[in-house]
This record gives sequence, C-alpha cells and structure tokens, in this order.
Amino acid sequence: MKIAVASGKGGTGKTTVAVNLALSLQDIQLLDCDVEEPNANLFLQKSVDRVEDVSILVPQIDDDLCNCCGDCVAFCQYNALAALPNKVMVFESLCHGCGGCKLVCPEKAITETGRNIGYIEKSSGNGLDFYHGILCIGDAMASPLIQRLKCYADENKTIILDAPPGTACPMITTLKDVDYCILVTEPTPFGLHDLKLAVEVVEKMSIPAGIIINQDAEGYSEVEEFCKSKNIPIILRIPYDRRIAEMYSKGIPFAEELPGWKEKFREMYEQIKRIIE
Amino acid sequence: MKQLAIISGKGGTGKTTVTSSFAVLANNAVVADCDVDAANMHLLLNPQILSKHDFYGLSVASIDNQLCTECGLCKKHCRFDAINDNFCVESFQCEGCGVCKYVCPSDAISMETNKAGEAYESITRLGLLLAHAKLGIGEDASGKLIAVVREIAIRMAEENKADLILIDGPPGTGCAVIATLTGVDLALIVTEPTISGIHDLERALEVTSHFNIPALVCINKYDINEEMAREIEAMSNSHNAMIVGKLPFNKIPTEAMIVGKTVVEYASNTFTSNIEEMWSKVKEVLKL
Repeated sequence: MKIAVASGKGGTGKTTVAVNLALSLQDIQLLDCDVEEPNANLFLQKSVDRVEDVSILVPQIDDDLCNCCGDCVAFCQYNALAALPNKVMVFESLCHGCGGCKLVCPEKAITETGRNIGYIEKSSGNGLDFYHGILCIGDAMASPLIQRLKCYADENKTIILDAPPGTACPMITTLKDVDYCILVTEPTPFGLHDLKLAVEVVEKMSIPAGIIINQDAEGYSEVEEFCKSKNIPIILRIPYDRRIAEMYSKGIPFAEELPGWKEKFREMYEQIKRIIE
Repeated sequence: MKQLAIISGKGGTGKTTVTSSFAVLANNAVVADCDVDAANMHLLLNPQILSKHDFYGLSVASIDNQLCTECGLCKKHCRFDAINDNFCVESFQCEGCGVCKYVCPSDAISMETNKAGEAYESITRLGLLLAHAKLGIGEDASGKLIAVVREIAIRMAEENKADLILIDGPPGTGCAVIATLTGVDLALIVTEPTISGIHDLERALEVTSHFNIPALVCINKYDINEEMAREIEAMSNSHNAMIVGKLPFNKIPTEAMIVGKTVVEYASNTFTSNIEEMWSKVKEVLKL
C-alpha cells in the first residue's frame, strides 16, 4: 500500500507527518520524494549509503557526421538544440532526454550519454527502510529523479511517500499510482487556498484523500467547512503548540516525545486502511 | 530597473509575508507572484484583473484508437512511461516530446496543445501593479509560465517607470526556482531556525552562488531556537550573504492574512518595524 503525504502550500508539515507516521508503524518504507529539499532524514538521523547516481540521457553530436540539416533542432520541443552555421549545439540542462533527436537524425550523428541529475541514498534497520533522492544544485529535472526513486518501492511493505510542495510535475510524479493521499494543511487563508488546489489534483487523479489540520487553532473555520463541503474526512488534528514547534526546530519527531501520539498515528493509519479496502 | 527575488528553499517560512510588506513599503514597485502552482499574493492584495493571457504549455499526445494497431512502438520509445497498456496517453506523464507521433507507423497519434494556465496583469487594492498566474491543475511547464509572468512584470514596470520588480518565488531549488532567479539583481532568502530551515537555506545559497546572484538572508521566527539562529548567521556569513532582518515568532502574519491585509498595514509594532528596517537595508543594497 502506498500512501503519499502532500500539500499545496509548503511548510505545512508534510515531513513532520511522514516521519512521525513512519516511526509509529512497523515494517515501513519511507521514500522522501522532495528531491529539491529532502528533509526527512534530518529527523530520522539515519546513516545513509549512496545506492545510485541518477542520470538522464542527453544527445552527443558527432560533428564529423552532422551535416547541420537542422532536423533535430526542429524536432526538439525543449529548445535544447540550436543550429549554428556549421555545428549543432546541445544545451544539456534544457534536455528532457526524450531521445527524439537521435531518432530523427538522418546521418546517425547522434548518440546519447548520461547527464547526472542527482543521486539516491538509503538506509535500513529498526523496521524502517528509508530512501531519499537529492537533486544536484542548479538542476531543474526533479521529476526523472523522483521517478527513479520510486522504482525502489517495496510492494511488500507499507510505503509512505513524502511529496514536494505545489501542484506541478514533481508533486504529480510522486502521487502517480499511490493508493491514498494525506493532505496536510494549516487553518489559514493560504493553507486553504493551496489545499483546494491539491484537492483538485487528487480528484483529477482519482486518489482517495484525507486531511490533516496542522497547527490547529481557533479562529479560522473555513478549512473545516471546505472539507465538509467536499466530503473529505479530517483524519487527524495536530494542535498549535510551541513545544511541537521547538522540537521540530531541533529535529525531534514529536510523536517520540509526547505521549499518546504514536497511538493517534496508528489509529489514523487503521482508518486509512479501512477507507482503501 | 532592479529585480529582487524572494525565495526560501523550504516552504512556509514567510516569503509572501515579507514580499507583500515590501510591496507596500516600496513606492514604485511592480509585484510578480512566481509561485505559479500555489500562488497566494492575490489573497492579500486583492487584484482586479486588467488583462488576461492564455498560456499554452507543452503539447500532449493523443491516440486515435480507430487508427491504432497496438503495435507497441510508441510505448517502446516513450521515455516518460506515458502510454499505458490500453494504448491511452496518461496526460499527466506526457512531456509533449512528440517521439510517439514520429514512430507511429499508422499515423494514429496527434499532438494537441491545450491551454495550461492563465497569466494576468492586475491592479491591486493598493494601486500596485501585480503580474500573476494560475497554472492548470497537474500541468507541466511551471518554469515557462514563470517566464511569462516575469515578462509581463518587466513590461508593466517599463510602461509605468517603476524602479523595482519584487518577485515572490516558489519553494525548492529546481525548475521553478531557476526560472525565478534567472537574471535577477538580488535574492532575499527567508529562512527559519529549524533543522530543515537551515538545511534548505544552505541549498538555496548554493543555488544563488551557482547562478552568481548576490543573496541576503532574513531569519523569520528567530526566537524559536536562538542557537540555530546563530548557526544561520555563521552560515550566511560564510556564503557572503548579509543577514538583513530577524523577525520574532508572532501571530501577526496569520491574523493579518485572515483579514486579507499585509502585516505592515495590519499592525504597527516591533514586528512591523523590523520589517521596515529590513526593507531599508535591502533598498540600500539595491541602490534604490
């Protein structure tokens, strides 16, 4: 079973939920898919080993064979190739690695070579299998790295995926093929606005979802009204509590310290299991 | 004309709170909301749309099942796993490269360009000009839409002789952040003294140095962990990024947000005077 933890707005508590949930259960695999800012291991403090350098294929042009016909440049949708009078230039950072240029080249002048976009690390032990991907600084290609990271999913386990913020391609790539999505929000206008966008995504992808209200406090009931109108269950509330904020700041998962919270996360998990089945 | 991008690495550290306050404090700035897949600036500035531009992202493949012989060539060549076992295109996966159409022997595939979002030129309730956008749900190409928003902001700034574009950026370090940072004069990174805040700040500082963009740092909620706040100061120093502001943990940003105001309009106290001081320092660095 795959459960993603997502939100529209950043900083609402995705990682907090993913980590505390993982630590409350047994036989879990946690995949940190926020490859632009992978933070889960700051809370788990596991020693990790690199398992793979991830690259995407980019074209290499043999200048001796290339007759500058421009077919590849015309085919490329990403402006990653440019025709100079006697040479075709490759802008590797723009290339999505579709392989189209190689297919269309009539002179067979194009081969492909790997361009490193990031790497994957893992650790295991204590009933928790952990993987994360780290995108190279200055690199734009988060989605291919997330896709590669998801290949490590172990279907025999409950898999928790910590998603990146937003509603664009990295978030969608993370949510593809999950069985359930936990949406973490906060009771503020920004939280609600971005929650609505995230709900649109899960509806469009037909993924059942439940909502966690983090930093829950009085004063803004619109989030609850929205959940009610959409018939989406609120599966957990985490109170506005300075102690939790301080523990977070130090990298301490709060369910390890505050009594009763592991049970609450387990109950939430049972609820999710019932919904899926 | 100068361009200042407000970014953070980690989400939810207070980018929009800071940017919207700067917008009020600056006399003559155009605001660009470049967090196009979770835009929030309009919730505080209540814009009236002056003009709207349809945004077309990458095209998406479509298979005509009357013509398709299920030979499987498209599936074999697609690098994005966008063609499923029933020979339907998973539009969320498709990156619009056109390889499937090229290899299809039955001419069953066409590439369709769909509207992927909208970009807006607006005037806000404060009379400020705002460039913003809405990316369609699940659409690719947020980087391209950010480029459109920035073009609109530059044109509005030129037409109205504005001396500054204030860019509210997205979280992360990838495609969207790179599109936000390209060619700006200065970046302000808003962080918080938490273990993730500092980790993401370091990555954000590496991104700004990678693109040779000078950076400043603002520590929000500095008093939830003062030891970590000192670590942030040391790290910023080592990256030649000046700390221009330290804001205390405070409920004012949430309260102001609930009534749809920027913090500098909502209150006048130490929190807001800290923001004002930070703004004067930023102005000095920008030589405005």
